[in-house]
Amino acid sequence: MKNEIRFSLNGKEETLPGDPRRRLIDVLREDFGLTSIKEGCGEGECGACSILVDGRVIDSCILPAGAVEDRTVETLESIRETERGEKIVQALTRGGGVQCGFCIPGMAVSIESLLRTNPRPDEHAIREGISGNLCRCTGYQQIVEGVAAIEHVEGDNS
Amino acid sequence: MSTPAWIRPATLKEALTMRRDYNARPLAGATDIYVRHRAATGTLPPLEDRPVLYVGHLPELTSISEDGKGWLRIGAATVYTDILEHPDTPLLLRRAIEELAAPALRNAGTLGGNIGNASPAADAVCALYALHAEVDLAGHAGERRVPIAQLITGPGKTTVGADELITAVSVPMDRPGSFHYYRKAGTRRANALSKIAFCAGGTVLEGRLTGLGVAVGAVGPTIVHSRDLEVRAEGSDLARYRKLQQEESAPGGFLTARYMALISPISDQRSTDAYRRRVTENLLRDLFERTIPTLLSGKAG
Repeated sequence: MKNEIRFSLNGKEETLPGDPRRRLIDVLREDFGLTSIKEGCGEGECGACSILVDGRVIDSCILPAGAVEDRTVETLESIRETERGEKIVQALTRGGGVQCGFCIPGMAVSIESLLRTNPRPDEHAIREGISGNLCRCTGYQQIVEGVAAIEHVEGDNS
Repeated sequence: MSTPAWIRPATLKEALTMRRDYNARPLAGATDIYVRHRAATGTLPPLEDRPVLYVGHLPELTSISEDGKGWLRIGAATVYTDILEHPDTPLLLRRAIEELAAPALRNAGTLGGNIGNASPAADAVCALYALHAEVDLAGHAGERRVPIAQLITGPGKTTVGADELITAVSVPMDRPGSFHYYRKAGTRRANALSKIAFCAGGTVLEGRLTGLGVAVGAVGPTIVHSRDLEVRAEGSDLARYRKLQQEESAPGGFLTARYMALISPISDQRSTDAYRRRVTENLLRDLFERTIPTLLSGKAG
């Protein structure tokens, strides 16, 4: 019986260590050291643990690691190295969108997920896109304004 | 061979064998199971009692297709985002999905999971009741198709057999004259379970009402609906509808009074019995006194 579970993590083929029932957040933080992923509520309400699976945002705190077999996982560690990722980080930091900062990695991942399907979102689409990410500091306004000011990055759908 | 803890079948057929042989727990998006069986950070979720049967990758369960007779068949493990993006998804179901959760949960959650959990507060399932959806099940004895209201029997209870899997849900596609009515009361727009979910749909064509479906979630042990009341209104024009409504002199007429008699809301951590009663009555009156008569008189839109 085959025991190896393979998946792509930030562009690299990896083998899943340990029990497939482990929460993906634990695998990514503890085994791969990807600490951009935060644990807030632990039950899929706050979005601090957001990652991309096959290019779509998902809460890694309520996802069994085995569910990503043969799929593509991206975290902020790779997203921030791209041109658009850099713009997202700048958009969040410049306009005062980052205060305590705990929600920000998850927020950035949700924004990346939004911009991949909707490169020029209006305010409603931005608020919908980050509706699963709770921020207790900013009141969201600076975050929404920052995202609205992001320039469209042509042809970057990696 | 020891019992596996995590099973990833290659085909639906293999999944059914595993389901039967190991009494395995089907799992796709995990958005409910991993909340209910929540683990402390860094530990395994407490799922030791039964093996997990992962089905989220099976092509047989994740496709959407038309059946050629006006129905849309949605694979049970299709994630909500894919249902939302499909052009033929009925508007009532679309509205329920849009409001049921934020993108991250819509990218994982499935109808099969929502039906299997049989929560009376499941918004998408409420829409399925109002659409008179039918659920496909597969087991070793073969396949069967069951109306959603017959499949769910109580909170967390269904008639899905121990060797069966929910494979698909079929809903009628919108057609000329289709209307939908969706209202939700909850604490937060994204990710909050409903205090009340209210779904209605049907068709008004040439001044006649057909296929009325009404379902109210989170006001009873299962989603509240009534085939009898829907049949009473079938084929009504405005005059016949008014006559039906006058059979009871209660506020909101006959239909409001009869639906109010069916609900049995409780007070829980999300809301109170009194609030749920009041809001349900207001919505029933809005539907039966305003929306449907307006549609029947041809003055809508």
